[in-house]
Amino acid sequence: MIGLLIVSHSARLAEGVQEFVGQIGGDQIPVVAAGGASDGSLGTSVERILAGLEQLRAADGILALVDLGSAVMSVETALEHFSGPPVQISNAPLVEGAYLAAVEASNAEATLDQVAAAALQARELMKVYE
Amino acid sequence: MPITVEHVTHFLTVAAELIHAYRDELTSLDAAIGDADHGANLDRGFAAVIARLPTVADKDIGTVLKTTGMTIVSTVGGASGPLYGTAFVRAGMALADRHEMSAEDVVLALEAALDGIVARGKAQPGEKTMVDALVPAIEALRAALADGRSLTRAVQAAAAAAAAGAQATIPMLAMKGRASYLGERSIGHQDPGATSTAYLLRALAMTCSRNEEEA
Repeated sequence: MIGLLIVSHSARLAEGVQEFVGQIGGDQIPVVAAGGASDGSLGTSVERILAGLEQLRAADGILALVDLGSAVMSVETALEHFSGPPVQISNAPLVEGAYLAAVEASNAEATLDQVAAAALQARELMKVYE
Repeated sequence: MPITVEHVTHFLTVAAELIHAYRDELTSLDAAIGDADHGANLDRGFAAVIARLPTVADKDIGTVLKTTGMTIVSTVGGASGPLYGTAFVRAGMALADRHEMSAEDVVLALEAALDGIVARGKAQPGEKTMVDALVPAIEALRAALADGRSLTRAVQAAAAAAAAGAQATIPMLAMKGRASYLGERSIGHQDPGATSTAYLLRALAMTCSRNEEEA
């Protein structure tokens, strides 16, 4: 089972993505929201991210989906203090990437590489057709 | 005269004072091309560092710098948290278990800090980031020491180079961080990260000057 970590500058945005993604897997896929700065204001928090990674420790792998700016650097910094299952940071857009990752992860046999590849497909996702 | 833990904590105190004094300027620079939190974030981070300093006052220089970095990482929510946090942690690792340091060790610590910032942010010179202040500062420091100048004179040259480096970011196109989303509109604004780096180098120069006067 692969876990998803949702990292956003906004705690509410991260929780919203978690809620949205929960529609696919119900409580089958472990999805943890780690948004906002330590005091809950806009920003990212290495401590919140680390706590989120710890919550996903039982997973076989963790895919981190991020919004922008410091989110990647904060996850990378947190990873220097985390020794659990392997973690990948996705280059996918947050909402669409998390959605496609959850679809893939709903297969309990899916590997971290497969879930990461599914998330990346969000970069080519068509929404408006000619 | 070797540099001791007292000098390092003095530097951190001066740095916190400078960041606090220029907090609004840093935030307004960030408002132009980022998310308007750089001054407030750094001020909060350095205030937390000052609060933690008494707990490590009897420790070695490496521990003081690493504690500084970890405190910044856990209190600064913007990109400057992981960047400056990693910079101080790496500088601390370069000076692990040391109770005294030489002028060459100052170069070593700044180089380790730069390596940390580059490893974390992947920025190269010319991309409108703190790297554009730190790289010329280290070059000026190294050149002045090679010329036989005192550490105080060399650090003053480094601080001047950092300030010039920060100013030189004005015409640059931002390639990293939040400012890069603005594309061409990032041109014409001084980078807040390069500016705060220049203030940290100024704090280092002020610390050295004051110690020289007292010596």
